[in-house]
Amino acid sequence: MTQLVEAGASLRSARLRLSAALWRRPWLKLALLLAAPVLVFAVVYLGALASLFVSAFWQIDSFTAAVVHKWTLDNFRTLWHDHTYWRITGRTIGLAAAVTVTDAVLAFPLAYFMARIAPPRWRALLFVAVLLPLWSSYLVRIYAWRTILAKNGALNWVLNGIGLPDAGLAYTNTAMWIVFSYVWLPFMVLPVYAALERIPDNYLEASQDLGAKGSRTLRSVILPLAIPGIVAGSIFTFSLTLGDFITPALVGGAGSSFIGNIVEDKVGQPDIPFAAAFATVPVVVMGIYLLIARRLGAFEAV
Amino acid sequence: MTQARKRYLAWAVVALLTGALAVAAAGCGGGGKSSKSKPTSGQASIGKGEGALNLIEWPYYSDPKFAKKFEQRSGCKIHRKDAGSSNQMVSLMRTGGGGGGGQWDLVSASGDASLRLIRGGDVKPVNINLIPSWNDFIPIFKSPAHNTVDGKHYGVSLQWGPNVLLYNATKIKPGPTSWAALYDPKYKGQITIPNNPIQIADAAFYLQHSQPDLGIKDPYELNKKQFDATIALLKNQRKLVKLYWNYDTDGRAAFANGDVSLGAIWPVDTLALQAKGVPVKEVIPAVGATGWADTWMLAKKAPHPNCAYLWMKYVTTPQVEAQQALIFGETPVNPKACPFMNKIEAGSCAKYHLNEPLNYYNTIKFWKTPIPDCGGGKNDCMNYNAWQTAWTQVTG
Repeated sequence: MTQLVEAGASLRSARLRLSAALWRRPWLKLALLLAAPVLVFAVVYLGALASLFVSAFWQIDSFTAAVVHKWTLDNFRTLWHDHTYWRITGRTIGLAAAVTVTDAVLAFPLAYFMARIAPPRWRALLFVAVLLPLWSSYLVRIYAWRTILAKNGALNWVLNGIGLPDAGLAYTNTAMWIVFSYVWLPFMVLPVYAALERIPDNYLEASQDLGAKGSRTLRSVILPLAIPGIVAGSIFTFSLTLGDFITPALVGGAGSSFIGNIVEDKVGQPDIPFAAAFATVPVVVMGIYLLIARRLGAFEAV
Repeated sequence: MTQARKRYLAWAVVALLTGALAVAAAGCGGGGKSSKSKPTSGQASIGKGEGALNLIEWPYYSDPKFAKKFEQRSGCKIHRKDAGSSNQMVSLMRTGGGGGGGQWDLVSASGDASLRLIRGGDVKPVNINLIPSWNDFIPIFKSPAHNTVDGKHYGVSLQWGPNVLLYNATKIKPGPTSWAALYDPKYKGQITIPNNPIQIADAAFYLQHSQPDLGIKDPYELNKKQFDATIALLKNQRKLVKLYWNYDTDGRAAFANGDVSLGAIWPVDTLALQAKGVPVKEVIPAVGATGWADTWMLAKKAPHPNCAYLWMKYVTTPQVEAQQALIFGETPVNPKACPFMNKIEAGSCAKYHLNEPLNYYNTIKFWKTPIPDCGGGKNDCMNYNAWQTAWTQVTG
């Protein structure tokens, strides 16, 4: 019994000594806390990114398709001079932008209703409704859309039923726009909801007291305060669309290739250096986008 | 956050990035030894199986219906990796420092991948004397250009199939009889084409007969002028194409959903669609067709070579050839499979053209990787890189 008590006491004293040591040296505490995540970040994330950039400056042997480790800018030169890659980049960025705007327009009223109007039970129900699609696989949802948009699919069945002609959306860029807007919508709704929910009621009351009508309050109070949320959501929708290659492959038609599809093709050829060079394009685009987002205050707490 | 701390953070990020770059550059640069294969004539005999066999295969190429028996007999447990495209096979074989890095034993490469694997040093020669059925093969499959280089066999031929013209018989009347249909503006928005650079050969094959003055002799050996004419034709075709299918099941779905009614696809898809009641018919125009021929190729660093040889020996026997042909919808290279096919499904030997005379094979232009050297010592043919770049320009 006494032995047990002693053992407990010595354990406790060891713990005390450790915590005292940590208290005396705050940097040690910080180092222990951050070592693992910083290491993972540096090695896994930045390391992968760095090896991507490095291999972008290599080339493949045209005969054996083996990678030649000699520094060259040829890949970037090809990207610059062949208008095919400009076309594909333009299509990718354009559609990412269109999807982002669509999702913002759709998400705002929904998020506003959830955050400020709906009673609690409704709010919970709407949350489930918004998040429900995320419970099923992304692939399943894309395949579902393919059957909906097909010539013999549900959409045309409904249209024909009310006397309208076929929509003819299968395997088009419009189909990609619809599917992207659908799959990324939850990623816009949630940040916008968070931003709107945080607006104090008395701001709106103050606006009313000063004689502003509903539309004026929306424009001058609610929208500016919601902008960081919209921008945060747009980072998701924009970057997720920018990097996608599955939706273009499954619902896109002739002339629907994204940057990701070409990267996948080139990795398969295998021409890793060219794939790496083209893959730097979305990284740069995202960098510019994040700079703009910062300007718009997406990273500042309201 | 204060200004000073912000600046400190920025420097820390820059330092980290530079460090990571240096590490990556050193790591990648150091390992930069190219792996050139020194061909040997393969092992002299088949020893005892190593207990395992790792395959990169087209789906169903080691279907349990015949693979189970092999596993029981040889004791080689099969681990399979299904590939979706020839490119995927090549990149799987190439990762891990070339030759699959000692992970894979065999790959069921098609003709558009096999020469790349040979040239890249990813596969090694096979001692064909250890595969008894090889002597029975249809002659053109014994040492075809797509798997035999300088008299060395880098694998054993397996099965083949044509690329057929498929159409929806209720929507396209009368049915097409020529490849010209795929370039006919009449069918705009109803056409599907495989999304594969080797498809350029199909257009070249069409031009070989429709524009003889171009002088195309072999659709895989195109000089600059012939190549440019072919690409121009394909760029016009793009305006008519609804879907470039990546997997044949995608092309199949487009036929089943009514989105396309004409296209290039494989016999296996015809069978699957007809089984589902879709009114499609396939035709091989009188001039012939392009086709694929698959080879089980031996990885350079195969960890289980004995099991690999046992497998090559097993799958080329007439019974197994017949079984696989009917599971996948393709044609064996071993004509002795004919009676076994008919036993499983009456008339299937003739249906899959296994009973055709030898000159039938002159009408099938088998996939092979385009290389600059196409005879005549001029090296003036477009290589596969050029094919792939041009294909991106057409479809992208």
